[in-house]
Amino acid sequence: MTAAAPTGAHASPMPAIPDTASDAAVAAVEARVAELLATLDRELVGLVPVKTRIREIAALLLIERLRGQVGLSSGPPSLHMSFTGNPGTGKTTIAMRMAEILHTLGYARTGHLIAVTRDDLVGQFIGHTAPKTKEVLKRAMGGVLFIDEAYFLYRPENERDYGQEAIEILLQVMENQRDDLVVILAGYRDRMERFFSSNPGMSSRIAHHVDFPDYGPDELEAIARLMLAGMQYHLSPAAARALAEYVELRRGQPNFANARSIRNALDRARLRQANRLVGGAGRVGALSRDQLMTIEAADIRASRVFEGEGANGRTSER
Amino acid sequence: MRLTQGTFSYLPDLDDAQIRAQVAYCLEQGWAISIEHTDDPHPRNTYWEMAGPPMFDLQDAIGVMLALAEARATFPDRYIRLNAFDATRGVETVRLSFIINRPTREPGFRLIRQERTGRSITYTIASYAVDAPAGERYR
Repeated sequence: MTAAAPTGAHASPMPAIPDTASDAAVAAVEARVAELLATLDRELVGLVPVKTRIREIAALLLIERLRGQVGLSSGPPSLHMSFTGNPGTGKTTIAMRMAEILHTLGYARTGHLIAVTRDDLVGQFIGHTAPKTKEVLKRAMGGVLFIDEAYFLYRPENERDYGQEAIEILLQVMENQRDDLVVILAGYRDRMERFFSSNPGMSSRIAHHVDFPDYGPDELEAIARLMLAGMQYHLSPAAARALAEYVELRRGQPNFANARSIRNALDRARLRQANRLVGGAGRVGALSRDQLMTIEAADIRASRVFEGEGANGRTSER
Repeated sequence: MRLTQGTFSYLPDLDDAQIRAQVAYCLEQGWAISIEHTDDPHPRNTYWEMAGPPMFDLQDAIGVMLALAEARATFPDRYIRLNAFDATRGVETVRLSFIINRPTREPGFRLIRQERTGRSITYTIASYAVDAPAGERYR
């Protein structure tokens, strides 16, 4: 990817424009992007299609930069995206990483992310929506505007709904301020598809439609281990087996929210571990570092998911 | 007569790139930006009207430039100024304020002499522009 040929090695026909973009700055940018992508790989389990797409976008932006430096046409590429996927598949997390990557590549001046929903954009009465939407857009300028559950902006059942006004302002800004703002729409896939089919203008202005797949059981366990490591806990061997069973059972139950369900399950396991340590024999002060860090099988097996086997209709997570 | 007020009163009017650089500096300092307009150019007229709500939590100057373009489109023939407020003292303190739009023709001020008792004279000024009612000036 680097055009590392030494400058001035051959005579350039147009002296004002360098023939090669061999530049320490570009190399530095490339290194930082590679580092960001590596962290992405390390810290986020699975999501192969998403990572591939991010890699492609990063490569395109880098090439655009190089093209601009050697005087080739390099219009700002359209970077608006739509993230579709089930709950807990990492849409918000990836959006935050995206803001960082775009900032590193020089396509977002600040690299901040403003996450909003319908309530932040759409007003309560006539004349309220436009200033509200514009205020949010002003705050997001230079960074990434992340609209979660974007399909709520459009309510086909109410033709006087103010959401349409917000969509129109958004479209205008997405078209005119393309190099100042990147808009990412996120939501469940089927509802986003319906949203796009009723707003063709929105769909055509979004260059990248990225679909987030559900996690497999192995990936969910890897996520759990990563989360626990982040909180400085670890599983005993028996607990690891219990967790594998838990994941398998929980996946088949209603309201399963991928990584979010795993996080909740781990939080409850931590509660039970704390309760077990406090209620157990011996002084709390005498607990070893290892005891404080270890989650036992009992902490996981106490979950309602195990006892609720076959008991359909129990949707609460406990 | 060209009206001069505020931080850069001694300079020619800033162009958009310079305004944007000033705004970027303000945002870097964590100041909030507001845009105000008036058609009463008297130097003691400190209460200008707001053109849109003050802008807090902005990260990038382009947001202010959008609001400024909107204000210019709405009030092309009025004075528009940009204020930067610093909240570190617990109150919003003006740190920077300058004119960013002015009417094409500025008629200037007339000197008014008022004769008082004992042949003493009080001087004051009044803008030729304010002879017309508010909203109909600078046409």
